[in-house]
Amino acid sequence: MANRFWNEYQKTIADDHYFYERSCIRQTFFPGSETAFLRMLREELNKDIFDDFRQHTCTGIGYHTDLVPLETTMTVVARLFSLMTEHGYENYVPSCVTSFGVFTEMVHMWQEHPELLDKTRENLYKACKREFNIPKNIAHPSDVIYHFRFELAEKMKYRLVNRFTGKPLKVVEHIGCHYAKIFPDKGVGKAEFPYVLAGMIEAWGGEVVDYPERRHCCGFGFRQYLVQENRGYSVSNTKKKLESMEPYEPDFIVSNCPGCSMFLDRWQYTIAEMEHKTYDREGYGIPVLTYEEMAGLLLGYNPWELGLQIHQVQSERLLDKIGISYDPKEKYKAADGRILRAPEKPENLLV
Amino acid sequence: MGNLIDIIKSDVRYEDSLKACMNCGICTAICPAAEFYDYDPRRICDTVQRGDEEQVEKLLRSDTIWFCGQCMSCKPRCPRGNIPGAVINILRKVSQDMGYYKESYMGRQQVDLMGVIGDNILNIGYCVHPDVVFPEKHPEQGPVWEWYIKNIKAVSPKFGANYHGKGAGALREISPETMEELRNIFKVTGGMDFHDNILNGPHNE
Repeated sequence: MANRFWNEYQKTIADDHYFYERSCIRQTFFPGSETAFLRMLREELNKDIFDDFRQHTCTGIGYHTDLVPLETTMTVVARLFSLMTEHGYENYVPSCVTSFGVFTEMVHMWQEHPELLDKTRENLYKACKREFNIPKNIAHPSDVIYHFRFELAEKMKYRLVNRFTGKPLKVVEHIGCHYAKIFPDKGVGKAEFPYVLAGMIEAWGGEVVDYPERRHCCGFGFRQYLVQENRGYSVSNTKKKLESMEPYEPDFIVSNCPGCSMFLDRWQYTIAEMEHKTYDREGYGIPVLTYEEMAGLLLGYNPWELGLQIHQVQSERLLDKIGISYDPKEKYKAADGRILRAPEKPENLLV
Repeated sequence: MGNLIDIIKSDVRYEDSLKACMNCGICTAICPAAEFYDYDPRRICDTVQRGDEEQVEKLLRSDTIWFCGQCMSCKPRCPRGNIPGAVINILRKVSQDMGYYKESYMGRQQVDLMGVIGDNILNIGYCVHPDVVFPEKHPEQGPVWEWYIKNIKAVSPKFGANYHGKGAGALREISPETMEELRNIFKVTGGMDFHDNILNGPHNE
């Protein structure tokens, strides 16, 4: 009976042949995560995934900041689908949770209002002389990793276990609002029983922290962050989450959405500098990883190629707990091997 | 005008967004904006549902519709399947089309936002890109961000990025041909007029 109900909380995730769409935010703050995802698909899982140089923004941030009209976003989405169609793919994998929500919304509207689909086809042809098919499957990259979590586990060098105590690491997971709140059926576990990241954590040896504000927004708020004077909204929401998770003493946070990953990291720095408050015992903050970084670390990828050094909350203490080896001298080296001067240290947050 | 309700209802998103609100207030209880601002999505749905033109016009001219953070936490919790956050999208669109947004402090922020996000899309093909996240305007990004921006050319290849490069990859330069197609979409679908109207239109003195 329980399985029958749980089946309703699953989604279909394609097995192979994906068209990858990059994310403005993930490229900006976590470029190593996109690289790691493609590497995992191609090298660990032997899957086919295509990365077209002619892609561009989906306009998702502009759409939710009410700067880009619906008909425009719809046609921009159609152009991205036309690239997928041109290359013979049917499975679309957008790297951003906001994009995932936008694509899902546009497809939903086309299904509900076929006249809008006709109009979009007309607009796209008029603007770009292009045609498109609607993807057969739209999955967030985390869905794909979740789908292959056991296959990846077999290749992993490390597990989410504290090597000093032998106990599972306590992990806070955050799926991001637009992953499943707009279209709950499109997310693993829907909005109320988030399982896309929890499934990875459990399969890889960790323990999920189920804290009261688990489903609360990270606080991005689009215009509430993008306008400097509104940012109190954003930091307040992150603070609410941090206060709620603090008593559980999580070892790290893993996030689905690139924006959420950035905010959960940067607002910890801000709160430490403004209020001398950190949410771990020692004053270093709680490390925040993207799911690609979490998987990549366990597969033995170099932390400094994943980009952990460009997080503000540093992660060496977590790497030590897992037993991941790393070379501290490599951390601030340029790609050509030059040693760069390290970033300034924050006044309060320990790094 | 006398037809604001008709304009609002003519938005294709309306049908999914506001079916029949029973004023239970769950949306307000879950809403992050309602915790931070003097904001109540239940009242917004109620105002739109009642269809009082005067009240709706007042709403469109107010700060209120600009407080929502678009997290859509209201959607899965509404027992009637309404989407107050999407009602907000419709109200904001109408407010901008009518020029009412200029009458509120929060509404006027759209001009600055269009000058940043709107221009980013049309100039570089990204909503956000490291080149436009200036450390001096983003102190919350911390010293790590300052370091990354200063060293991005030297460091980003380590992460597999293709910063300002040709071809595929993270942070690649988007080609002139692709940019032309993107801008054509904005021209054909009204996005360009909308952009120009917010930045330079008759409502923008």
